[in-house]
Order: sequence, then C-alpha cells, then structure tokens
Amino acid sequence: MDLSMLGALTRPLREIVANKWFNRIAVPVVIGFAIVFPLFFVGASPFINNTVQALVYVVMALGLNVVVGFAGLLDLGYVAFYAMGSYAIGWFGSEFLYPVNHQKGVHFLVSRLPGSLPGVHINFFIVIVIAAALAAAAGAVIGLPTLRLRGDYIAIVTLAFGEIIGNIAANGDQLHFGQYTLTAGRQGITPVDVPNLPGVGDFSPLNNRPWYYVALALVLIVLFCNVRLRDSRLGRAWIALREDEVAAASMGVPIVRTKLLAYATGAAFGGMAGVLLSSYTNTVNADSFNFSFSIFVLAMVILGGLGSIWGVVLGALALSYFNTYGIPDVLGPFLKNFGLDVTQLGFGIFGFVLVLMMVLRPQGLLPERRRKLEMTQGIGADESLVEVNA
Amino acid sequence: MEAASFAAGRVRRASALAWVRGLLSSYGLYVALLALPLVYGINDLQHAHNLTRLGQNLVNGLSNGAIWALVALGYTLVYGIIELINFAHGDVFMIGSFASFAFWTTLGLTVATSVLGLVGGLLVTLVVSMIACGALNVMIERVAYRPLRNAPKLAPLITAVGFSFILQNVGELWLGPAQHNVSDLIHAQQKVFSISGVVVNRSDLLALAVTAPLVILLTTFIARSRLGKAMRATAQDPEAARLMGINVDTTISAAFALGGMMAGAGGLIYALYQTNIWFFQGFRAGLFAFTAAVMGGIGNLRGAVAGGLIIGCVQQISDNRFGSQWTEAIVFGYLILVMVFKPQGLFGEQTREAG
Repeated sequence: MDLSMLGALTRPLREIVANKWFNRIAVPVVIGFAIVFPLFFVGASPFINNTVQALVYVVMALGLNVVVGFAGLLDLGYVAFYAMGSYAIGWFGSEFLYPVNHQKGVHFLVSRLPGSLPGVHINFFIVIVIAAALAAAAGAVIGLPTLRLRGDYIAIVTLAFGEIIGNIAANGDQLHFGQYTLTAGRQGITPVDVPNLPGVGDFSPLNNRPWYYVALALVLIVLFCNVRLRDSRLGRAWIALREDEVAAASMGVPIVRTKLLAYATGAAFGGMAGVLLSSYTNTVNADSFNFSFSIFVLAMVILGGLGSIWGVVLGALALSYFNTYGIPDVLGPFLKNFGLDVTQLGFGIFGFVLVLMMVLRPQGLLPERRRKLEMTQGIGADESLVEVNA
Repeated sequence: MEAASFAAGRVRRASALAWVRGLLSSYGLYVALLALPLVYGINDLQHAHNLTRLGQNLVNGLSNGAIWALVALGYTLVYGIIELINFAHGDVFMIGSFASFAFWTTLGLTVATSVLGLVGGLLVTLVVSMIACGALNVMIERVAYRPLRNAPKLAPLITAVGFSFILQNVGELWLGPAQHNVSDLIHAQQKVFSISGVVVNRSDLLALAVTAPLVILLTTFIARSRLGKAMRATAQDPEAARLMGINVDTTISAAFALGGMMAGAGGLIYALYQTNIWFFQGFRAGLFAFTAAVMGGIGNLRGAVAGGLIIGCVQQISDNRFGSQWTEAIVFGYLILVMVFKPQGLFGEQTREAG
C-alpha cells in the first residue's frame, strides 16, 4: 500500500520531468532561482551555509552516479576521491609544505595574503583541475583490479581501497620523504587557502555568498558534463555495459577502457568537490575520510534514482537538508518525547532511513525509465561474480 | 609458409605471456602470503638467531584468527546460499560481545569467582550469546533481506549497511561511545606453557578451545543433517531446491541463525580475549572476516576457517612489526591481492561441491 501511494505521489512529477518542455523552461527557471535566492539572505546565513554543503554533495553524488548509475559499478569507496581532492588543496594550497623553497614558499596566481606565507600556494581553480587529474588517476588505479570482477566483489574492492586511503591519510604523518610527510595525520591541515576571485566578494566564514556561487558554478559545470556524457557514445557504452557486459563486448564496446573511464570520470568530480569542501570548511580532516561518508553519498544517488541525473540532484539536496535540518529540528523534538537524545542517534536514524528507502522504494524518487525496467524486470540481474579465465 | 611461421611465433609469444600470467594467477597469492613470514623469519634469524618472535606472532595470530574464523563462517554460510554480503554481520558479532558482557555481569561473574563457577557461568553465557545473535541475525534477514529477495543485488546490500549503522548505534547507546574495559575473567594474559620461548597464554587456549569444537560441530551439521543437506542444495540452485520440496525460506533463515550463533560465540571470545569492547569493533572485525571468507573461497566452510587463521597471522605480524595503525591497510591490501589473483579463493575449487 505504501509503495503504490508513493508511486502515485511521484508519478506526476516523473511525467513532468520526462516532458521536453520541462527541460526548456523549468531548467532555466530553476537555475535563475538558484542564482537569485541567496540575495534574500544575509551573508552569514546558516541556511546558505548548509546550502553550500548541499551543493558540494550534489557534485559528489553526480560523480558517483557516473560510476554506479551509468556504468553499474558499485563503488563503496568513493570517499577516497574526496580525500584526494582534500589533499590536493592541502598540499598545493596551505602552509603544509612549509619547508619548500627555504620556507619562502611557492606562489602562483594567489592574492596578497597567502602570497606572503610559506608552503605551496597555487590558485584555487588550478588546484581544482589538479585535484580532478589526481583523483581520476586514483580512480583508474582503483578500477584496475576490479576489471575481472562483478557486482558485490567490486563493492568490496572499492571499499577496501577507500579504507586504505583513509588509513594512509590518518597515519601519513609517519611517512617521511626527506623533510616532508605525506599527510598531517589526524592533526589535520588548517588553515586552507580560499578561492581568489576578484569581483565576487570576500571569501570568509562571515560571507557565504561567494562560496555559494562557486559551488553553484561547479554544480552547473558537472551537471552539464553529466548530461552531455549520458547522451554521448561513451554514456551509451556505459549503459550497455551495465545491462549486459557480454553483449556489450560482442557489440564492440571496449570493456576495459569504458570501465576505467567511468571510474576516472566519477573520481574526477569527487576530487573537485573535495577541494571545494576542504577549502570551505578550512581544514583537511583525516578523520572524515571514513566509510560512512561513502555510504552517505551512495544513499543520495539511490534515494534520487540510480542513473537519473535530476533524481540524483534531488536526492543529494534532500538527504543533505535532512541531515542538517530534518534530524535535529524535526525528528529531535519528536524523539525527545521518548526520552532519546537525537545527537546520539544520527547513525541509527540514517541506517533506518536506508532500510526504509530500500524496502519501500528501491528505484528512488525519480527513477530513470530504463533503469526502472532493469529493476522490475530483472534485466541484467543474473550475473556471476567472477569472470573465470577458462 | 611465412605467414604460418609468423602466426606460430605469435602463438608462442602469446602462450609464453599466458604462461607467465597463469603462473602469477596460480602462485602470486601464495607468494604474497608467504612473503611476510619469510621476510621476517630471515630477519629474525639474522638479528636474534632464533624464530621466537615469529613463532609468538604466529601463535597469537592463530588464536586471534580463530575469532575471525568464527565470524567468517557466518559470511560464508550466508553468501554461499543467497550471494549477499551481510554487512551487518560484523555488528552482530559486536552485539555478541556486548550481550556476553551484560549477561555475565548479571550472573555476577567476577575475577574472584571460583574456577568451577567461572567455567559453568561462561558456558551459559556462550549459549545465551549464541542464541541472542542467532535470533538477531534471523530477525535482520526477515526485516531487511527477505522483502528484497527478488530486487537487484544493490538493494539488500544497502539495507545491510543500514542495519549495520542501526546496530552500531544500539551499541553506542548501550555502553557509550568510548572503548569499554571489561573485567579480565580468565586472566587472559597469564602464561600456560611455553615452547622454546614462545608463550601460550590462557586467551590463546580459550580461543582455540571454543572455536575448534564449534567448527567441527558446524561442518558435521552441514555435511550430515537433513537441514544441512537442504542448505547445500539451496546454495547450488534455489529454484531446483524449491522444486524438490525444500522450504527455501526456512533454509535461508537457518543459515542466518547458524551464522549468527558463530558470531555470538566469537563475540564472547573477543570480549574475554581483548578485555576491551567497543561499539565500532564490528566494522573492522566484519571486514577482516569477510577478507578471510573470500580468501578461503566464499561458500567454503573449511576455507573460511583457514582464511580466518591466515588473516589472524597477517594481522599479528603487521601489528607487531609495522604498528597496529597500519594493520587495516595491510589486511585490505591482501583483500585486493586476493581479488586480483584468485577471486575464487585459495580453496575455491571445492565451492561448487562443498556448498
């Protein structure tokens, strides 16, 4: 009963999204609204603060959607790419590498303040590109051992890689290279450089608006890439791979290259988001690179609907706001009636939401039509986990 | 003529490459596994002129691995039948530790209890913990996996992670977010005997004394009993098993119950062995045990036990030589090596027949 009710509720929504006029009218309206609405809030508004974080999660969810949604490769170690992005800004945009150049620092296209500090300081937007390249390389490396594997085994290998990267991040202060260490360990790297963009305003904790516009720009770029990728030759190859690997291979889809490109593309978006999030929170915190972060992003993708770009955007915004407002402000007073403290229950509530979501609506809020058919009619469902070399 | 010899050359080169690849895929993992003890054995011989330290690592590793083996059995039983990674299994193990601690405290067992009382009390605790975890695992299967039996594989995997989070939260509410020291009932670090410098503690003996009979009981049950036969049949082909009149749902529940019971026993041993329990212990234990299950060939009971012992040794060597903060990275590195070289596991060939 619950299932059909939910379905009935979202059916009109799905029809609207599928309508081509939606894309011509609604998308510019939504983007216009997104550009205008922060002007109605003060610079230090907590709502804008949460929205910036939500937008970063949108970028990550869109990246993971390429791997899990388009190509059907279940990645449980997505946090690795967030870590790569974070360390890109940690290495190239903070005082972390202070001994470099006789403690005078290396500077490239940065404003006056970091321009006088030791360490490597490269312009934020160049670091984003570096991070994307680093993360893409890491993604391809993580993808390599999974090429022969399928389904759950891919999930486990990616999870193992995510944990290894988190472990190295947390203990990297013990890995010495001359006078440098790999990471700052659990101590973290702080402060981190902020973007240097004349004309947008002052990037500070007291003024969220410039951050918001940078995040929005990143979301729009990634959205554009996602839509173009989905409709490209590569995107169709990913979907073919997801539905039936053997058939795709026999139709001439280069399996290895297609899979690695999926990992690399998804990872690049994750790395970009990692730079922005670390710069925004002004810290690279090794303790935040844990498994639950990967699951948080994966839950956004699943809540929205695997492979559905607008669904994933919706899912990321919904879960992010649920995390910042829904749990403390809505569930908090409700649970207080039962004598429970909501701050101790974040984990459990999130787990409960995951279970509920999967049992009630496994296809997500705005499922992609093709993916839904796969879900309900079992296309591509039978698969062995290991490709045994005969 | 020339074309033919060219083709033959290509074939030979390709076969040489295939030969190297074949060699790598059949022996690469063994080389990687033996590298750690060999390197440190030679290192010990050079510096200390004996193998005491390595032997101590291996003894501790085997007893520690016995716990991972018990948890790995649960993974392999469930995976063998419904091909699901039961992510919540590690946390069921954690609940086993917590329940054991709560129960023996209720019984009033302390360090001062007499030997007879301690043995009896701990045996009752073992049974209670096994039943509690078995029931918990069956309940999770009912709520989170059974409704999704026909959904794509991603769905039950996500509910499994969801339940893992829920159980962790239960554990956090139960004993708080910090690590919790429990009373050292069996004097875990007390020496029992030693062979040429290698000390065997009470904890080592306890782990092996509980694990060995349980593993023998379980394998006999799976091999001999009617329900065990039904499990093996369901693992091979659920549809055909159903056609033969096997109640597949009951069989799957039984697999979850058995897996949960093993995890419960593992939880009790862990609490007595480490004298330190934590709501997050299940995550690491679960991943280590899963590595063990995959290493042994998933679905293969003896393989899971062997894998658990191997992972225990790897863990001890890494704890002792590199520092425990690197252990996770090393064990997961092995997990990836297993996946690269031998995804069917060390003893994987038996899987189809042995269930």
